[in-house]
Amino acid sequence: MIEMKDVKKTYPNGVSALNGVDISIDAGEFVYLVGQSGAGKSTFIKLIFREEIASSGSIKVDNFDLLKMKWKEVPLLRRDIGVVYQDFKLLPKMTVYENVAFALEVVEETPRNIRKRVMEVLDQVGLKNKARFIPDELSGGEQQRVSIARAIANYPKLLIADEPTGNLDPDTSWEIMKLLEEINAAGTTIIMATHSKEIVNTIKRRVIAIEGGLIVRDQHRGDYGYET
Amino acid sequence: MTNIEVIMAMKLRTVKRHFREGLKNSWRNSWMTIASVGAVTTTLILVATFLALMMNLNHVASNLEEDVEVKVLVDLTATEEETIELGENLAEIDNVESVVFSSRDEELQALVSSMGDIWGAYEDDNPLNDAFIVRATDPHDTIEIAEEIADFNQVERVNYGQDVVQNLFRFNQYARNIGLVLILALVFTAIFLISNTIKITIMARRKEIEIMKLVGATNWFIRWPFFVEGLLLGVLGSILPIALLISGYYFLDQNIESVNQFSFIEILPFNPFVWQLSFLVLAIGACIGVWGSVMSVRKFLKV
Ligand SMILES: Nc1ncnc2c1ncn2[C@@H]1O[C@H](COP(=O)(O)OP(=O)(O)O)[C@@H](O)[C@H]1O
Ligand SMILES: [Mg+2]
Repeated sequence: MIEMKDVKKTYPNGVSALNGVDISIDAGEFVYLVGQSGAGKSTFIKLIFREEIASSGSIKVDNFDLLKMKWKEVPLLRRDIGVVYQDFKLLPKMTVYENVAFALEVVEETPRNIRKRVMEVLDQVGLKNKARFIPDELSGGEQQRVSIARAIANYPKLLIADEPTGNLDPDTSWEIMKLLEEINAAGTTIIMATHSKEIVNTIKRRVIAIEGGLIVRDQHRGDYGYET
Repeated sequence: MTNIEVIMAMKLRTVKRHFREGLKNSWRNSWMTIASVGAVTTTLILVATFLALMMNLNHVASNLEEDVEVKVLVDLTATEEETIELGENLAEIDNVESVVFSSRDEELQALVSSMGDIWGAYEDDNPLNDAFIVRATDPHDTIEIAEEIADFNQVERVNYGQDVVQNLFRFNQYARNIGLVLILALVFTAIFLISNTIKITIMARRKEIEIMKLVGATNWFIRWPFFVEGLLLGVLGSILPIALLISGYYFLDQNIESVNQFSFIEILPFNPFVWQLSFLVLAIGACIGVWGSVMSVRKFLKV
């Protein structure tokens, strides 16, 4: 699903965020990305859906070669990837329903399919009865569910989440984790950057640790490995 | 896929969506819409005035050009045969449309009738020459023809308002160029104003665009509503200028006759001139709006 070879990323201001990353992630895996703040986790994630472009090396995601692809193909890549952020990135003036439908409108789904699919994913994240609410009327956990619903609406093969529980209390975090596990069980590859030792040590999955822009550990059913 | 293919493949439903979004955005940011429409309106009023002025100036100038003629003064010593021969020679010059003879008596008559009776004193002792009035097929050839005639035998002098003709041609060219530069400057100022006003509202829509990109919207999908919005701004902005143009020109057309009793100035006829110019103004307005609007999203489409 993802192949990175000697990937380096230097930002225009001269900061080297990644210094030669080699990694291979298979379809269907659930991967935690751990490491201190500033280690390069977000950069790693942004490279995958081409929000940032690597300075050198090679990145293959699905069938796309991210360093060689044309600008016009970027939207196609992104339709295969769902993205979830710590701060949800919902549109505040739209209802829950509209926020999710938005992602399908953009890819020019038919209104019929949009209606059907939106209700389906809202049901999946347990928010069917709050479709008409606006984000401000929801709790943090509920808002994150909406953003997950939006991310999976277009049946992505890959879901990437940058600290999805970073703004949530522990109980709510577990609910979100349960949801992500269900999505993974249904076949979607998941990559999740996190600072939560409890989650990583409890739900044992592959752990990739980044430090100073390098992968320092890659462990199946690993531990968080840092003191918090 | 090329852009054309993308546009062709765009479903009707999507077209509707882009119009709905474009109109909704203009409505939601109404103060911005008003400011942009104001900018377009101001520009177009100036542009329309310029264009109307320039086109009429051109019209008047080419009318005057048509009137340019060469007066060939025949030597006082020329015999009748020599004068007739000269007339024949003149008619044979390339690009000469007509040669008309005007005897010295006719010349004096014309002078008396235009300048008054002072010249009447000369009736007994006419100091004037016989003359030929030569017209070129193409007024632009007048100078060349006049110079050629000056070398003929029995020609005392040629008179073709040298300065008037040359100045007229030059003035026309200057007016055309300066007008064009001014219009372009105005249009670019308006585009700049619009793209800046819209940019302010894009800041608010930035998150929306970011998310659209995140979920895989193509750049054109994001751009179209702005295109529609710009078109709307341009069209709204051209309503007042066109109304002013039509009514103003109508007023001018109705009153110019009475102002200008000699009617040496002839403006372009209301129909079809006003309709053509109105269409042009509308087209310029639409281009300004669309360009300004589409330019303002450009920055946000990168990445
Ligand atoms: N857009 C950017 N421009 C410049 N430097 C950046 C940018 N994003 C991140 N960085 C820098 O790159 C390094 C890695 O950042 P990041 O990938 O966000 O780490 P993490 O997500 O692990 O905290 C940091 O030093 C950060 O300051
Ligand atoms: Mg980060």
